[in-house]
Amino acid sequence: MTATLIFYLLGAVALVTTALAIIQRNPVYAVIYLVKSIFALALIFYLLGAPLVAALQVIVYAGAIMVLFLFVIMMLEITPVSARKSSAPGWLSWTPVVLVALVLAVMTLLLIGLDPVAEQGIPRWHATPRDFGYALFNEYALAVKIISFQLSFAAVGAFHIGLTERRRARMEKDS
Amino acid sequence: MADTLFTVVLILAKLALIFGVVLFMAAYLVLAERKILGRMQLRYGPNRVGPFGLMQPLADVIKLLTKEDFLPARADKWLFLVAPGITAVTALLVFAVVPFGPTIEVFGRTIPAAVVDLNVGVLYFLGVSSMAVYGVVLGGWASCSKYSLLGSVRGLSQMVSYELSLGLSLVPVIMMARSFSLHDIVMAQASVPFLLLNPVACFVFLICILAESNRIPFDLPEAENELVGGFHTEYSGMRFGLFFVGEYINLVVLGSLMTVFFLGGWHGPWLPPVVWFLIKVLMVCGLFIWIRACLPRLRYDQLMNLGWKVLLPVSLLNILVTGAVLLGLGL
Repeated sequence: MTATLIFYLLGAVALVTTALAIIQRNPVYAVIYLVKSIFALALIFYLLGAPLVAALQVIVYAGAIMVLFLFVIMMLEITPVSARKSSAPGWLSWTPVVLVALVLAVMTLLLIGLDPVAEQGIPRWHATPRDFGYALFNEYALAVKIISFQLSFAAVGAFHIGLTERRRARMEKDS
Repeated sequence: MADTLFTVVLILAKLALIFGVVLFMAAYLVLAERKILGRMQLRYGPNRVGPFGLMQPLADVIKLLTKEDFLPARADKWLFLVAPGITAVTALLVFAVVPFGPTIEVFGRTIPAAVVDLNVGVLYFLGVSSMAVYGVVLGGWASCSKYSLLGSVRGLSQMVSYELSLGLSLVPVIMMARSFSLHDIVMAQASVPFLLLNPVACFVFLICILAESNRIPFDLPEAENELVGGFHTEYSGMRFGLFFVGEYINLVVLGSLMTVFFLGGWHGPWLPPVVWFLIKVLMVCGLFIWIRACLPRLRYDQLMNLGWKVLLPVSLLNILVTGAVLLGLGL
């Protein structure tokens, strides 16, 4: 009962902070709200019995990716968008919001109404880091390998783009 | 019901104990640092307040509390006020998982000598400590001053470069202890501390926590002689005090983590476990102060080069070698 209550509380926090992150005019505030939303998500993972995923969520997203976002925002010195008048007619600015909200509401209702698992409440099991490791490197070993390949391709690509012209010319002359 | 109540009381008692001890240690580390630095530079250090200057921390607190809490005109008020708290709180939060002694028996229950013994303790430390940078960054940004902003950007890029090696230098420790729990990691060092088994990881970890604590030779976010005070240029009174104390709490916390990961935690002959733990923590803190007295500040590009071109490959190689050795020994 308490767990269900906390779950809905965290869910509400995640939704509200994400919405606030979208509508903030100041990018630094947007990042802060996103970090809060990530924290709420991590706690939800913890509640669902996955402490390792919760910890990784905080380390990777809040601790690394959001820090990088903040770094870029500060380096580029993006000034807050002050009440900029858009040239689009009034109805065009709010119709997408209403549509998305409608879709979200319908989907939530359908999920609550049709999903038989929803009635059981939060499952009471607990995945230790060991369980997580076994699942990741036995059952999903192929997926892990494919993703690691992709990451190394991306690293090589980033290296190529990052090469300055002079160094690239020198490397081509050498080869 | 009585059981739950007992657990709650126990946790509160441990929290109060740790809070008190860590704050006390942080306050007196400031004094110890000033004294030791003074002696190393052929000065006396503070010796006016109380016998041998022992009341100096109290005088400092009174001074900071009674000073004006200044808010720059164009500062982002809310973030400016919150930022010092983030630094101090994240430093204190890490201590929740640090085990400072073996499990004890109270009223027939075994109790770990840490606030909680998480099975993802190492990751908890990495997660919370990666939050600490937000205090530095948001404080500097909210001040709306060029020096502060420069300090923040430096703090950010320093953190991005060193966080990775910090995490990777702990992987061999986890591999050798076969657990993420700090208690298990200390238990795995009952005979030989990991400092002797894997000195490379220990060295990388030491450099990374030096960078993490924003101290010389990695104090670029503050850099008094080029950025005035870096990210805390605009702060005054107790808010500056929170940044300051946060740094020293961080010192105690990182010292205890060094002890837990590499120096064998509370294990040691003759003396009681908690005393051994305290001695080791103070030795690491002493080393930090000594380093501050000896080394100059690194230049910015040197710092980045060291992080990305030396520490990262070394810690990655170290993981490979440790894994190979563990496999070879059939452990």
